[in-house]
Amino acid sequence: MKEEWVANTFTSDFWSWWIIVLTVAGIVFCFWLIWWTGKGSAPKGETAETMGHVWDENLEELNNPLPRWWLNMFYITLVFGIIYLILYPGLGSWAGVLGWTDTKQYEEEVKAAEAKYGPIFAQYASKDLKTLASDPEAQKIGRRLFLTYCAICHGSDARGAPGFPNLTDDAWLWGGEPENIEKTILDGRQGTMPPMGAAIGGEEGAEQLAHYVRSLSGLKHDAEKAQAGKPKFAVCAGCHGPEGKGNPAVGAPNLTDKDWLYGSSVATIKKTIMQGRHGKMPAHREFLGKDKVHLLAAYVYSLSHKTGTN
Amino acid sequence: MAEQTTYNDKVVRQFAIMTIVWGIVGMAVGVFIAAQLAWPALNFDIPWLTFSRLRPLHTNAVIFAFGGSALIGTSYYVVQRTCHVRLFSDKLAAFTFWGWQAIIVAAAITLPLGITTSKEYAELEWPIDLAITVVWVAYAIVFFGTIAKRRVKHIYVANWFYGAFILTIALLHVVNSAEVPAGLWKSYSVYPGAIDAMVQWWYGHNAVGFFLTAGFLGMMYYFIPKQAGRPVYSYRLSIVHFWALIFTYMWAGPHHLHYTALPDWASSLGMVFSLILLAPSWGGMINGVMTLSGAWEKLRTDPIIRFLVVSVAFYGMSTFEGPMMSIKTVNALSHYTDWTIGHVHSGALGWNALVTFGSMYFLIPRLFGREIYSLRLVEWHFWMATIGIVLYITSMWVSGIMQGLMWRAVNPDGTLTYSFVESVQAMHPFYVTRFLGGVIFLAGLFVMAFNLWKTVAGARSVEARIPEPATAH
Repeated sequence: MKEEWVANTFTSDFWSWWIIVLTVAGIVFCFWLIWWTGKGSAPKGETAETMGHVWDENLEELNNPLPRWWLNMFYITLVFGIIYLILYPGLGSWAGVLGWTDTKQYEEEVKAAEAKYGPIFAQYASKDLKTLASDPEAQKIGRRLFLTYCAICHGSDARGAPGFPNLTDDAWLWGGEPENIEKTILDGRQGTMPPMGAAIGGEEGAEQLAHYVRSLSGLKHDAEKAQAGKPKFAVCAGCHGPEGKGNPAVGAPNLTDKDWLYGSSVATIKKTIMQGRHGKMPAHREFLGKDKVHLLAAYVYSLSHKTGTN
Repeated sequence: MAEQTTYNDKVVRQFAIMTIVWGIVGMAVGVFIAAQLAWPALNFDIPWLTFSRLRPLHTNAVIFAFGGSALIGTSYYVVQRTCHVRLFSDKLAAFTFWGWQAIIVAAAITLPLGITTSKEYAELEWPIDLAITVVWVAYAIVFFGTIAKRRVKHIYVANWFYGAFILTIALLHVVNSAEVPAGLWKSYSVYPGAIDAMVQWWYGHNAVGFFLTAGFLGMMYYFIPKQAGRPVYSYRLSIVHFWALIFTYMWAGPHHLHYTALPDWASSLGMVFSLILLAPSWGGMINGVMTLSGAWEKLRTDPIIRFLVVSVAFYGMSTFEGPMMSIKTVNALSHYTDWTIGHVHSGALGWNALVTFGSMYFLIPRLFGREIYSLRLVEWHFWMATIGIVLYITSMWVSGIMQGLMWRAVNPDGTLTYSFVESVQAMHPFYVTRFLGGVIFLAGLFVMAFNLWKTVAGARSVEARIPEPATAH
């Protein structure tokens, strides 16, 4: 498997040999160069002669011998290079005596980490999510996991950002039960709002609809426009429901609450209607494994369900 | 021709003055973006003032405008004096000056506008790339044309290094900038994915190796023996470190891409040759420092010599640090941290800038037939520069190693101990320190500019006569 992969980085044996020959010739060249210039060192104590050339009135060169320590350092690095290239991949498709690859190093490190840390997470795997949400130890671990894997989008305070849901409130696009949250983290979610411009009568329709949508949650709106927008909402009702209360089965937001994923200004709502939105929560099943996700789900659930102990 | 009895120092004067000007501009931008890292509000929400656009402007200005003007200017001075002839062509030399300045101005306009190929140190878009190629070919013709008509048989060692720098930069630039235009100010690299990354860092590391190393070694090999009044320490050493250096540098690029999509074999070769590079690099340092043997007292009495010698010491330090950082296990900690930034600046400020300052203190008074206005101010500049560098690199070392350790620290349950933003927070005091270091370094440069201004104000340009070459004996 590994040898095959290494060999495959060369399109033919020729290129492998090309690298081998150039590398070996290069190292031999360095050896020859310092051997050739290093020989015939003047005995200590004698002053070096100049080369007899003079440039620009007074520029001259002495011909002192190469310092011994410096030559030795050069030899040591060359010998180190040869040994390294025997042990590790470097000479074309030669895999090295140790069989090291960076992929293998990564896999081994991950395996070692899993063996070491896996049991810590596994001990919580069978516990009920709501119980874990009030277990201080599980919460500590959950919080660390959250800061490592979730905070980059949802923020270290979990209050989200435009396009990234706030996890501390009661609004849940895909359902706020612990099991919903766990599923969201395990398998990810694709929240798609299609561009609706054509179906609702272009810019003007979008403007009217935006005012109507704002009216649903009691935001300031132009009553006339909202009235004109109301019939157009029929095409939205399929996902958001006739009353605009949303549908967690498809991740359609409730439009009657105070929670706005992308913003509630007329301009923003218009943009959402005209261009659509695509929210993506990535899946973590393979990346983190079920045990860590279990702890994370309990932690996220606890954020909006504070218990006395928190 | 009567003209052939004097050196063409006009173009050298022009490049020397622009070296100081671009040094101030490039380092001022550097100080500004260092301040932005400590206080991000300083980008004022103006797109062309953001770090992402000014950072390439800083690097291009200090490397190619400041460093480039210093290299081309000194190479013209040195090649004439060590060949005992006037430059091959005054017109072409003038073209390289005006062409190079035009390219710098084009960079200073396009980079803040966000026009970039996004290749580090090769950000300029294809029309500017073409202009660079034309000017560089002209530069090569002037330089090698001058070598060809030299009146001394032996080519002085400084010219080997300048020559290697000119040839290799031409090769690197043409290969790495191969791109398909998609409009006037947009192009796409011809190389795909990991190959593009490899070509980019073959270029990137050799830009360090040949622009910032070989070229500046050329400077060192002329100005140190001249200012010290001593012969170069070892001809033999210069041969061995020259050939070993230019051969080995070519392989070192992959160490920028450890633990990436780059194949393991390429990564290993990059590391092995980076380690082998230690000795060739130190060969240059030994030759520079030991040239002073027999004149050590000048380190105390001559601040210009101090600039030159301390620059070589920094060269030795950063060429030790570089190979260490190229070791995969060290790189796993240091990569993507401020340690890299500290390493680069110990080379860029400590080696490139200091050797340039020393050379300019030697050069500019002579080009105008004056004595330096104030050696005391040179002394002041030296200490300001040194303190600035020390603050800069130590803060970046601490910050970088701290970042690396924070990123890999884990709790007993294997989760990360620190979130990324906590590491950013922890870096803040070091970013402030780095900014202070930069301010002091830049202030030193202003002292230099003032000193040189007082030196040359009202002076008339000197037409230096070409002396007869010494007869071989």
